[in-house]
Amino acid sequence: MKRKLKKSSTMSLMMVLLFSVVMSACGGTTSNTASTEPAATGTDTTATTTTGTDMIKTAKVPAGSELEKALKGEYKGTKVTMYGPFVDADEQKFNASIKAFEDQTGIDIAYEGSKEFEATINVRVNGGNAPDIADFPQPGLLEGFANSGKVVDVSSFMDANYLKEQYKDSWLDMAKMKGEGGKEITAGVWARSSVKSLVWYNKKAFADASYEVPKTWDEMMALTEQIAKDGDPAWSIGIESGTATGWPATDWIEDIMLRTTTPENYDKWVKGDLPFTDPIVKNAVKKMSDIWFNKDYVYGGRSSIVTTNFGDSIQPLFTDPPKAWLNRQAGFIVSFIPEGVTADEYDWFPFPSIDEQYGTPAMISGDIYAMFNDRPEVRAVMEFFTTAESLQSWIQSGGVTPPMNGTPDDWFANDQERRMSQFVQEAKTIRFDGSDLMPSAVGAGTFWKGMTDYVSGTANLDEAMAEIQSGFKKQ
Amino acid sequence: MDVRANQGSMLKLILLSILVPALNVGLHFSIFLFFRSSDLPPVLNALLAVIWGIFGIYSIYFSLNWVVEQYSDKWKERVIPYVFVGPAVLLLGWLLFLPTLRTLYLSFFNADSTRFVGLANFGAVFTDRLLLTALRNNLLWVVFGTLACVILGMLVAVLADRSSFERLAKAIVFMPMAISFVAAGVIWKFIYYYQPGDDQIGLLNAIMVQLGLQPQGWLSMVQPWNNLFLIVILVWMQTGFAMVIFSASIKGIPEDMLEAARMDGAGEVRIFFKIMLPVISSTVLAVTTTIIVFTLKIFDVVMIMTGGQYGTEVVATEFYRQLFMYQNAGYGSTLAIVLLIAVIPVIILNLRQLQKEGSF
Repeated sequence: MKRKLKKSSTMSLMMVLLFSVVMSACGGTTSNTASTEPAATGTDTTATTTTGTDMIKTAKVPAGSELEKALKGEYKGTKVTMYGPFVDADEQKFNASIKAFEDQTGIDIAYEGSKEFEATINVRVNGGNAPDIADFPQPGLLEGFANSGKVVDVSSFMDANYLKEQYKDSWLDMAKMKGEGGKEITAGVWARSSVKSLVWYNKKAFADASYEVPKTWDEMMALTEQIAKDGDPAWSIGIESGTATGWPATDWIEDIMLRTTTPENYDKWVKGDLPFTDPIVKNAVKKMSDIWFNKDYVYGGRSSIVTTNFGDSIQPLFTDPPKAWLNRQAGFIVSFIPEGVTADEYDWFPFPSIDEQYGTPAMISGDIYAMFNDRPEVRAVMEFFTTAESLQSWIQSGGVTPPMNGTPDDWFANDQERRMSQFVQEAKTIRFDGSDLMPSAVGAGTFWKGMTDYVSGTANLDEAMAEIQSGFKKQ
Repeated sequence: MDVRANQGSMLKLILLSILVPALNVGLHFSIFLFFRSSDLPPVLNALLAVIWGIFGIYSIYFSLNWVVEQYSDKWKERVIPYVFVGPAVLLLGWLLFLPTLRTLYLSFFNADSTRFVGLANFGAVFTDRLLLTALRNNLLWVVFGTLACVILGMLVAVLADRSSFERLAKAIVFMPMAISFVAAGVIWKFIYYYQPGDDQIGLLNAIMVQLGLQPQGWLSMVQPWNNLFLIVILVWMQTGFAMVIFSASIKGIPEDMLEAARMDGAGEVRIFFKIMLPVISSTVLAVTTTIIVFTLKIFDVVMIMTGGQYGTEVVATEFYRQLFMYQNAGYGSTLAIVLLIAVIPVIILNLRQLQKEGSF
């Protein structure tokens, strides 16, 4: 009897252990296989005109590189895992853009997108489960991983001259970070980028109502007032974005900062030397509040700002009649414009100048792809991402401005996209999205949260600014 | 001669009791190292790990048991419990106790754990506005969440006890228990959903519009009431749990006791407060402490519904933010420790109660 009892207790213990082992094993593998699923379905929805392998052939492939070997099919059957924040439409467009490369090389790029990317990438990397390649929309977030030596230096296998050919120096400089032991490394390669300082509007409705595109801040405020008088709120604003809620508000502040103070001050601010509590920054926030906190200017009023998803906020512009008229958002918002709205129905104008002496600067952002595991096929994929061809179908379907040199004009789907690229090239001042450059504790932390608290009324201006600034001190 | 033979076998036993466990540790540690550094395909790796898990555990217990079998009967009796509980306790110590100590250690350090800051993190928890709000909200959860669950659960248990559709009523109240917190969050998101304009698809706002009132951003703008809207979700889910347990213990009250009270002319309300409640008091305590621990640790509901924004942060969500999003290991660990300290007294109370009832 006693012996039997012992046996059954060992048995049950074994069962529990077995169960937990199986569960953890399943957990690991399912997340990998699940990520390949959207890759297969995503390609169907985006119609691209280029035929498969042709577009890879146009790219300049450095001789002897892993990319060259990959294109010859040497790495057929290998898998490269990627993790990043592209979901929904963006994920589909991304998958479409790598389809031809996958077909030709036989390398499976398994992309896993997550809305909680900023919060979870840390867990994955520090937990020893880093993806081969991660896609960082915030260089500031990548910097932490670079500092701790977790990121593979891409200049260790990519020729410096080749990189110079592909990217302008300013892009390459932005990819340089301090690696382990303070040594400078190239922490990644730039992929899709976006122009952020854009205000979108419904072209047709604008013409019908005979509104004019404003050139200055005062004209824009006058237009806002005019639309309010005509019975509509001018602006549709949404800052909801899961755990990243608040980031669209930081874009506004950055754009206004660039237009109300010197670029040098902006750089100091990004580094934490010009505190958020400074009147210069507070002034920028107040300028934003002039629009945001005015019930007549914002669709749904202040309370709708924090509850409306940033992607949904473009929708009211395209109802008939429009419920709102203006939406300030980066170029990628075209992914969220309702289906059936064609390119000749919408347009954008630059976020207007506030103070003449600072002009109309262009704020840009971009995704930097960093590499965590060094294998030949991963190198090949990274090299592929330095070519404009890796973005071709994405550029064609809209919403992306390539950071690489030598993108043919005819790749752009429409005039708006081409003008975006032009706007960046012609702008006197260009700055990268400030919050993305700040340390992640601020840029992906207190800045988002502080703005959300400020807009939802949890904190007043002084409290919010002090809390955002406190993120810098925690280093 | 007997003594010498005894000594010989004693020596053999001591050698065995050292060698066998050491061999086990060595063998399994090297297998562990093999798995950690192996680059086998994941499926094969998992399969081998499963096989190792089964036979490894079996071999450890079997060999240890075999060693003990060699002992004299007197010693066998003494040693055998430790052999069987020992490995589990060691494992628990490794997986639970060490991390707790490490968290405590980290809570005295700065954000990236490079500089000793003493009690500064703990000071910050009680002065930082965000963390203070988190503490306040946790208190709201504990007080209102627990009270509502216990009172409603009791009410349903007592009233359903004498209704003709007891089963149906209980089933309906119990049903939300079966749903995960995440799913509940999704369901309730539709109830509280708010969008600009007049077309409201959220249940609560649709009703507001029908009544000619202004739709509200329930979870974001109606501060600090939005916390209560979140607590409602917990109540919706946990009332069923309280009800089932209360119901069982109410049914356990001897019928003649209640009969006697009724004969003596006591009203139903009086019976409830003077007889039922004292009899089931230990159950009430057990349920209350369980729900208190639950509310102290609350995370999923808040994370799903608001992400801890709009003044709804609780200790657990703020812990997550500080550690994973702001990468501040100091504050994160401190919050975890604060949570642990808050839970300990409740757990002790609960264990004492169980002890009193002799079930522990």
